[in-house]
Amino acid sequence: MMAKIKVATTSLAGCFGCHMSFLDLDERLVALAEVAEFDRSPITDIEHCGPCDIGLIEGGVCNSENVHVLREFRKNCKILVAVGACAINGGLPAMRNHISLEDCLLEAYRDGIGVENAQIPSDPELPLLLDKVHPIHEIVKIDYFLPGCPPSADVFWTFLTALLEGREPSFPYELVHYD
Amino acid sequence: MTGTINIDGQNIPFEEGQTIIEAATAAGVYIPHLCHQPGYTPHGSCKLCTVKVNGRNCSACTFPAADGQTVINNSAEQELDRRRITQMLFVEGNHFCPSCEKSGNCQLQGVAYHLNMLDNHYPHFFENREMDASHPDILIDHNRCIFCNLCVRASQQKDGKNVFGIAGRGINKRLIVNSPSGQLKDSDIDINDSAVHICPTGALLIKRTGYQVPIGQRIYDHKHISEVALAQENDNGQD
Ligand code: SF4
Ligand code: SF4
Ligand code: FES
Repeated sequence: MMAKIKVATTSLAGCFGCHMSFLDLDERLVALAEVAEFDRSPITDIEHCGPCDIGLIEGGVCNSENVHVLREFRKNCKILVAVGACAINGGLPAMRNHISLEDCLLEAYRDGIGVENAQIPSDPELPLLLDKVHPIHEIVKIDYFLPGCPPSADVFWTFLTALLEGREPSFPYELVHYD
Repeated sequence: MTGTINIDGQNIPFEEGQTIIEAATAAGVYIPHLCHQPGYTPHGSCKLCTVKVNGRNCSACTFPAADGQTVINNSAEQELDRRRITQMLFVEGNHFCPSCEKSGNCQLQGVAYHLNMLDNHYPHFFENREMDASHPDILIDHNRCIFCNLCVRASQQKDGKNVFGIAGRGINKRLIVNSPSGQLKDSDIDINDSAVHICPTGALLIKRTGYQVPIGQRIYDHKHISEVALAQENDNGQD
């Protein structure tokens, strides 16, 4: 039997919606599990990714930890894929790019409605926020992009089956969406 | 005088005074475009309609058809150029389609789908752009304006007003409103003006009309912009 291909996934500044959409593969996940296994992913709870064939990245880059995770994925994955609007253009998290970081923090932790025990978190364990949210192609080289908010399960399936069969992935018109 | 031009190997007749895009549209050949609309003077700003005419890049919406021209509209090179131009339009503004009420009905997005644009390629500007929600019925979200000038032309040429203008140059250009305060509420715009309905993107919107059709059932969710544009523009072109 051929060795299974290794897939790692992560969510940076995203909402896990792309992961949920991936799970919409439903019974096709069984077929996928026969040829692929997960390395680091929310499904396996592995902390660092090892050498992988495919890395699926959801979400943009909003803090220092996102940068580290993204670089680790780039180092370890032969093929790195930007999954969804946030990874591709920053998505909704990037809508904060027009507000100063200070104002964002004050609104969230001090001045916002319903805030109790107001204080700006400053534990050294916490990753530092970046001034702006960035799409991942601005940090590392990306090999493929799956647009959508989220991309549908059919997008994942079309993409992965093409790669597994050694074909160049391409998407019919109906599968390309930005919303 | 009439004549014939050749687009991608197909002979297409034209009439004196027609531009390449007008001749192409009449013959059912789609040339991607955003700042061109039949019935308005050409503006030539978006450059999406760039074709090769006798070996040179030209805007099909401003270039007059002339007998014997060889035009390349569909080639790998042309498609890549157009994809890059569209990507530039996306990174220059702030286009967050999932939060935009024009999504699915937006021509910029429709063109990007048509070009199979999967990413934005360039670093994003994330430029600060304002919103003008001052008017009770009409909204301008400058984040999505591509400076196609269609609202400017529509206001002047169809509505007999002069509500909009483009000020500044290059990266400093911006859409301005011709009113004492610079705000839309103090202009003489009316909800029935052509200018309000012509915007190809979600920059100029009519309030309380968004999200009425669910995602997935909007125009470009299921129809290529080539099909939609040819049908509409051949209709409009007649009047
Ligand atoms: S104007 Fe069009 S391209 Fe821009 S955000 Fe709205 S739907 Fe997307
Ligand atoms: S508001 Fe719309 S119609 Fe006016 S210039 Fe901007 S994109 Fe074009
Ligand atoms: S349509 Fe020709 S330049 Fe915009």
